Amino acid sequence: MATWSEAEAREIVRRHSGREGPLLPILHDVQAAFGWVPPEAVRVVADALNLTRAEVHGVVSFYHDFRAGPAGRHVLKLCRAEACQSMGSEAMAQMILDRFGVAWGDTTADGAVTVEPIYCLGLCSCAPAAMLDGEPIGRLDRAVIDDIAREVGR
Amino acid sequence: MTTRIFVPRDAAARAVGADRVAEALQAEVDRRQLDVTLVRTGSRGLFWLEPMIEVETSAGRVAYGPVKASDVPGLVEAGLSQGVAHPLRVGRPEEIPFLQRQTRVTFARCGVVDPLSLHDYRAHGGYRGLARARDLGPAGTIEEVTASGLRGRGGAGFPAGIKWKTAADAAADRKYVVCNADEGDSGTYADRMLMEGDPFSVIEGMTIAGYAVGAAKGYIYIRSEYPDAIRTMERAVAVARAAGCLNGFDLEIRVGAGAYVCGEETALLESIEGRRGQVRPKPPLPAHKGLFGCPTVINNLVTLSTVPAILADGAKAYAVLGMGRSRGTMPIQIAGNVRHGGLFEAPFGLTLGEIVDEIGGGTRNGRPIRAVQVGGPLGAYFPRALFDTPFDYEAYAARDGLIGHGGVVVFDDSVDMARQARFALEFCGIESCGKCTPCRIGSVRGVETIDRIIDGDRRDANLALIEDLCQTLKFGSLCALGGFTPYPVMSAIRHFPEDFGRPRHAVA
Ligand SMILES: Cc1cc2nc3c(=O)[nH]c(=O)nc-3n(C[C@H](O)[C@H](O)[C@H](O)COP(=O)(O)O)c2cc1C
Repeated sequence: MATWSEAEAREIVRRHSGREGPLLPILHDVQAAFGWVPPEAVRVVADALNLTRAEVHGVVSFYHDFRAGPAGRHVLKLCRAEACQSMGSEAMAQMILDRFGVAWGDTTADGAVTVEPIYCLGLCSCAPAAMLDGEPIGRLDRAVIDDIAREVGR
Repeated sequence: MTTRIFVPRDAAARAVGADRVAEALQAEVDRRQLDVTLVRTGSRGLFWLEPMIEVETSAGRVAYGPVKASDVPGLVEAGLSQGVAHPLRVGRPEEIPFLQRQTRVTFARCGVVDPLSLHDYRAHGGYRGLARARDLGPAGTIEEVTASGLRGRGGAGFPAGIKWKTAADAAADRKYVVCNADEGDSGTYADRMLMEGDPFSVIEGMTIAGYAVGAAKGYIYIRSEYPDAIRTMERAVAVARAAGCLNGFDLEIRVGAGAYVCGEETALLESIEGRRGQVRPKPPLPAHKGLFGCPTVINNLVTLSTVPAILADGAKAYAVLGMGRSRGTMPIQIAGNVRHGGLFEAPFGLTLGEIVDEIGGGTRNGRPIRAVQVGGPLGAYFPRALFDTPFDYEAYAARDGLIGHGGVVVFDDSVDMARQARFALEFCGIESCGKCTPCRIGSVRGVETIDRIIDGDRRDANLALIEDLCQTLKFGSLCALGGFTPYPVMSAIRHFPEDFGRPRHAVA
């Protein structure tokens, strides 16, 4: 993940300049580049799109995806929606949170992994479901949790 | 002759190891220098058998599942490429009862074809619908969609043809078609499977819609929780564009950002325009004044993907299926604690009992089914006493429920319905766009009130308060997030009073 660079942020904005309604695609690319949406990016984007910083901040804060701070090296999303609940996802999640010593949304002290809630991954017939760095994981059980822990180096 | 072996690349199949199986197969094929090609497909939707692989033999395809990577050397050794007997062999896929009982119209190609092969798509009936639409002309196409009885599969069940006609009749030099692939309901994955397994059906459906209403540009709004679907859809659009299939219709993919409410059509339009996903008051209807103020047809992805088949085979062939005012087929997604979880496309009319007991085979862990939530987080919880309800928009509405996008989530007898009611209100609070007070604040107060009920604090008074709050939510919300949250909450209280500290007979 790159550290903040105004030039890169401007380049991202430029790439989307021909689009109708470019704000969300821009914010997605900003987050992909820097791992979160830094306040400096809000300023650059607002400036380029002729919006107020409040407007851009309002959009950033509305959507669950956009981060207000950097995440860990890995991001683990655990589904907390009904289909996964029916297969014991809440107990499974608690086991994972305890094992990593974090609360929802937190990053482990060594920066290895951030654990976030998510509401449905569309893997509802293979519940409980999770996503690790964008890769789908189904039928979560103790063995799968061990695999995840190994993967993130914990 | 080269043997083809099919391995799904569907995200749910990958979630349970399909990639590892594909890698192991390729390694084994290479090691033995076999004349075998691996084809990655979508999923057939029989998820308890995933990863399910299929081998093309002279007698048709033969399926094996669920296959683990460690099974692969043994399978190949036994003669996988001849479709030989093996403990994992489940036979011809079409003869597996779960598939045999289905009527696959929208999902006919899903799990069968290479999703990114236009050749496969055409060989399996693709682009016949667009050709027929061109023969019929825009007005004739809309009449055909109307005559098919197709209703929106996103939840509200509004007749697609009428929506198209409204947009077609609106005078404007710019119009849009928007495909709603936000699919936020827990227990649903039909949109995802189509995007990953048959993306050209989405593209063809949107092209037909654009032709019918006079729109030159379409957007597909896909939720960010679906990275696989986004990838496949992006590639499919590129393939279709390069092959000249879009024919003047331009398509663009937009990715959501984790807001459930952006599945609501006006919030979705706001989101594409680059704003907070807040619901717009209606009127104006999107068909009159939608995206960027222009007339816009916004439909669910399944609605649009069904259109090519309707045009190809005629409205009548579709309309003869179903019951009452629910015509055609519905992809029912059987999920949660269920033995045979998967996608079951069938004409409307199956009872809930048939769906969860016969087709779903009961719970995965063998315990009794206690509750089934139909229609996503805004849908009602039904007890066994209501298992005779036929899958039909009106029948569910008559029982204070909804079929929504077709999600069916099964719970066993360990479920605590007070906690489920609490979750419905909590979810409403988390996902509220903030526009309407009952939804933004009422949901939070509702959670606090249910917590008191769970703690045994003045139960009757607090249950009365919840009922009152639900009335306010129902009548004081602009959209169905606030408006329908009462369904799961009140159904839990009404059908499972004992979980709220009340005797069974206390609530009618
Ligand atoms: C809170 C909320 C969430 C919704 N989510 C979706 C969704 O994810 N996908 C969808 O197609 N429709 C969703 N809808 C319904 C849409 O508002 C709209 O009715 C639908 O896109 C129209 O398409 P259709 O007529 O083809 O169903 C949602 C509605 C509400 C109130």
